[in-house]
Amino acid sequence: MKELIVEADRMNLSEVQAFIDEQLEEAGCPMLTQTTIDIAVEELFVNIASYAYGDGSGNAAVQVSVNEEPLSAEITFIDNGKQYDPLAKADPDITLSAKERKRGGLGIFMVKNTMDSVSYEYKDGKNILTIKKNLN
Amino acid sequence: MSSKSHLDIKVNKDGAEYTFLLNGRLDTITSPDLEAKINEATPDAEKLIFDLSKLDYISSAGLRVLLGATQAMEDKGEMVVCNLTEPVKEVFELTGFSRLFTIK
Repeated sequence: MKELIVEADRMNLSEVQAFIDEQLEEAGCPMLTQTTIDIAVEELFVNIASYAYGDGSGNAAVQVSVNEEPLSAEITFIDNGKQYDPLAKADPDITLSAKERKRGGLGIFMVKNTMDSVSYEYKDGKNILTIKKNLN
Repeated sequence: MSSKSHLDIKVNKDGAEYTFLLNGRLDTITSPDLEAKINEATPDAEKLIFDLSKLDYISSAGLRVLLGATQAMEDKGEMVVCNLTEPVKEVFELTGFSRLFTIK
């Protein structure tokens, strides 16, 4: 398992994605799958950067491990911010017209629908969100 | 910070028709630039064209900007999105964005 700890600031997004990409490239992850994972990583990291610490600041830990058979990646985001389960939010209605569409909720919706599993727990004062994706 | 997050935006104006050629990634970091350029165009625009042939990444932040653009054009014009790359096409299909504007 490899871990990166950065300040939960959206300006660190590129650093977080570069860290994840390095592990995925090493594992031979196909490009399209890597882009899909990158998007999920952006949505989850930016969520932490935007909401976990309110007006204050704090860190986010990003852990990644690559498992064999089937080849898959497991990525965990941990923050010490306020308790918040992003998965509890209702999905946006994607059948609405442009006029009726709300601007929020699409990020988590994409994470839920592109990853093979997504789980959340709040433990010892930490928000822990884990995604898993087969690399094929 | 690495240079991973990068977007070049070229805007061509032909009368009331604006074409935005996007090259790079439309994400949390780059989408405010595009939003600002769209906001400059929309007061007198009758048609917005987004050429995404060189856009290889879009997140929800980018989707929000495109949704805002199509909402701004409602009742006053048309918005066309063309030349979708595979990763962008997948995101559009998943989120129902393929149905929100004309795709060529």
